[in-house]
Amino acid sequence: MTFLFEPWPWYVAGPLIGLIVPALLLLGNKHFGISANLRHICAACFPADVPFFQYNWKREAWNLFFIGGIAVGAFIAAFFMKNPEPIQIHPELAQDLAQYGVTHIDGMVPTDLFSWDSLLTLRGFVMMVVGGFLVGFGTRYAGGCTSGHAIMGLSNLQWPSLVATISFMIGGFLMTHLLLPFILAL
Amino acid sequence: MRKLHLPFVEAPHEKAARSMDTMCVNESELHHPWYYNLKFMAVGMIFGIVFIKAEIVSWYRIQEMFRLQSFHMYGVIGSAVMVGAISVFLIKKFKLKTIFGESITFTDKVFQKGQIIGGLLFGLGWALTGACPGPLFAQIGSGALVIVVTLISAIAGTWTYGYFRDKLPN
Repeated sequence: MTFLFEPWPWYVAGPLIGLIVPALLLLGNKHFGISANLRHICAACFPADVPFFQYNWKREAWNLFFIGGIAVGAFIAAFFMKNPEPIQIHPELAQDLAQYGVTHIDGMVPTDLFSWDSLLTLRGFVMMVVGGFLVGFGTRYAGGCTSGHAIMGLSNLQWPSLVATISFMIGGFLMTHLLLPFILAL
Repeated sequence: MRKLHLPFVEAPHEKAARSMDTMCVNESELHHPWYYNLKFMAVGMIFGIVFIKAEIVSWYRIQEMFRLQSFHMYGVIGSAVMVGAISVFLIKKFKLKTIFGESITFTDKVFQKGQIIGGLLFGLGWALTGACPGPLFAQIGSGALVIVVTLISAIAGTWTYGYFRDKLPN
């Protein structure tokens, strides 16, 4: 039973995630893709007169149930299957973050960066609000995110999805190595 | 089991609005009560548990990925694609049907400039927040409630894209 509480290795997690692709297809011809939900939320709550949001979002309700399930599953794992050991991170990452005052290594996001207090700082605002905006704008502009392009698209051997996935990675490397040092220093 | 086969009627603008995006164009002629969607919630719950247990939604693991300090995330995504690709291959080869007997369909993705421009923008946000759209929901579920702000901002980003869509290079 200890494996339930230990962090799971990639060779357990990856195949389980891969199985979501056939699970959704077999349960109802649904394509794995999470960022579309952000569009459905817009279509449901603030469609305005934007043609991009004029469709019957209720037919995509399955996906909203799916993300609801993600939040519930995360709650179960975080509170009832919690790893009792402190999270292990690469020593160089810990050393680098410490330079910027990020020393509390705990949970899924560093509380020194992501908290209600830091939201009112320039650094916290950029990381949470600007970061979130880029995720929402970028995924829709790209027509999908890591699930829709990197996993579903690549599984279906779609070369535009490979282009998108490579672009995601390049964007991430640029942020981490060129911009993040300045943002963390704010 | 209640199963209604109704002819599929769709307003012309509906298809147009949907096809503006490579996703959500799959059709079903079945009309099920809402609780049939609970099975998708169950799949989502498994996904959410994996997200937390394998620390895929961890900001630190995303940083280690982009700093090439850990193989973990590459292993997760790589093996997920392998299993997904084999599954799609088998579904196509044996022409498998859904549990309700409907055909499983695939839509080819069309190349657009947005996959590069939008992809780069999403990559920047991914490294900042440590989250793609799915992990945002998982981070909130794991108790990091402040991430609700990031999620609202992501919804605002999607809305802004929809508003300016016609003026962007595509």
